[in-house]
Amino acid sequence: MSVTIAARRRPAVKLAEVVGVVLLIIAAMFALGPLLWTITTSLRTPAEAFTNPPQWIPLHADFSNYSAVFDQIPIGTFFVNSTIVTGLIVVGQTITCTLSGYAFAMVRFPGKNIVFGVFLATMMVPLQTIIIPVFVIVKNLGLSDSLGSLIIPALGSAFGTFLMRQYFMQMPVELGEAARVDGASRFKVFYMVYARMAAPAIATLAILNFSGFWAEFYRPLIFLQSQNNFTLPLGLVGLQGNLGTGSISVVLAGVILAMIPSVVLFIVAQRYFIAGITAGSFR
Amino acid sequence: MTTQPGVREASRATLPLASHRRPGVRREARKEGLFGYLMISLAVVFVAVFTLFPIIASLGLSLFKWDVISSPRFVGLANFQRLIHDGPTLHSFGVTVILAVGIVALQLSLGMFLAVLVNQRRSAWAKTTFRTVFYLPLLASTAAVSIFMGYMFDAKYGVINYYLSLVGLTKVPWLTTTWGSMISIILIVVWQQVGFTFVLFVAALTSVPSEVLEAASIDGASAVRTLFQVKIPLISPTILFATVVAMINALQLFDQPYIMTKGGPGTSTTTATIVMYQTGFQNLQFGYASTIAIVLLLIILAITGLQFLAARKLVFYQ
Repeated sequence: MSVTIAARRRPAVKLAEVVGVVLLIIAAMFALGPLLWTITTSLRTPAEAFTNPPQWIPLHADFSNYSAVFDQIPIGTFFVNSTIVTGLIVVGQTITCTLSGYAFAMVRFPGKNIVFGVFLATMMVPLQTIIIPVFVIVKNLGLSDSLGSLIIPALGSAFGTFLMRQYFMQMPVELGEAARVDGASRFKVFYMVYARMAAPAIATLAILNFSGFWAEFYRPLIFLQSQNNFTLPLGLVGLQGNLGTGSISVVLAGVILAMIPSVVLFIVAQRYFIAGITAGSFR
Repeated sequence: MTTQPGVREASRATLPLASHRRPGVRREARKEGLFGYLMISLAVVFVAVFTLFPIIASLGLSLFKWDVISSPRFVGLANFQRLIHDGPTLHSFGVTVILAVGIVALQLSLGMFLAVLVNQRRSAWAKTTFRTVFYLPLLASTAAVSIFMGYMFDAKYGVINYYLSLVGLTKVPWLTTTWGSMISIILIVVWQQVGFTFVLFVAALTSVPSEVLEAASIDGASAVRTLFQVKIPLISPTILFATVVAMINALQLFDQPYIMTKGGPGTSTTTATIVMYQTGFQNLQFGYASTIAIVLLLIILAITGLQFLAARKLVFYQ
């Protein structure tokens, strides 16, 4: 396509290109605008925060909101809670899904297709449909209003298993056979040969889980009651509710702080975020 | 449990020490089976307890009346009968479907539009930059987006109405009127989610073989015609996929209306998931809430099924 256009640069084509670029830049401004507004408003004094026009370039950046947010809510605690919940789920699912995904792809055992079929079927069911029974189970396990209520039900995943299985399916069986002939145990073949080759899929799953659980609002809203157990999204919504419109810039400072880990991870591992879109959309 | 799967997959199988006649093959197979069960055991336990059992329990609970305090009482299909006559809940299903259709239509068309524009860029730098820009909103949590968008859409002080007033438009009561709140929710969800559709479409468009496009060009097809008659048919499986996924997500919409409008004004943005949450976790009617959840699941399955049916005529598989 690019070749043919380059070959005959008619004026009409050129005009269409310019229009295309302009439209893209406008779209980019709409995509970035709200984020930029959030950053710059978080740098205005609370009294100025709701005055228009917004200050797109923070000439007199005021970082007091960032310390105020620590004074007004236990955002440090929310950070720790979110980190524990997200971290343990990421680690847990990496283990359970890599093990099971490998077995479904590479190991022969009776009933494999039936169990895997059941896994696939559960993937279709939305969280809302199962939330009440999960709530009751969590309560009966004595996990109500604890970080465990968010972590433990999320340690296994049919979707994660599926994702890992798809990746292991593409790998050659001969490698494992050779290692077995050399005397490696079955687990060693998995651990030393295949799990290492699955690093990109593991990274994709970990990033997907990080994005999903770091941002999660619905389960924390239902499972958590005491503020000192709140995760960031729930805590920020509470902050917004408690403070009213007087301290918008403080709330927005909290919003920005909560986004920092995602942005840093995105900068470091952008391609796994993109890979996760194609993979994650199966969820 | 049959042994058939094993037989079918014999070609893929790992039979390290294998010759079928050698003794010990059965023992090896048994060992391999045990290894397999051990490997899946963790995932199976968690999925069984926290997904599979809850699905069955939800179905069961929908036939009970249960206020959590006293023990559940079997009521048969009474909850479903109640739902048929429950105006507010039926209304919430209507709201859910309207919002979902609005979100999916806008998200898909905008995502396609942006993907086509970016796909035309020749420099890899431009492609990467725009992809990053359109992905960025996905890095914020829905709760965070609901918070700052709530401020921006504020009718009196919000920055959006400020700019509208600059170009001479009247202030729009975004979050305080029925249509305003629905449109706001749609816009806000699409603003965040469009990057998802966009990334899928860019990947699909990039994979359209260049020979096909050259052939179209040699035949004198215009850019617009190439798009609608060559590219879009070729990537139609991705479009179907993106539509189905976006629709399933949109039908479960909760965070944005719950945080920004509390389902209001009135019930204009009260989605089915909000009614389910209120019924279950505020009014403690676990049985009836499960009924709502099951009906929502059925609606999701039905709409997904419809999309696949429509796709039979529209989607072109290579």
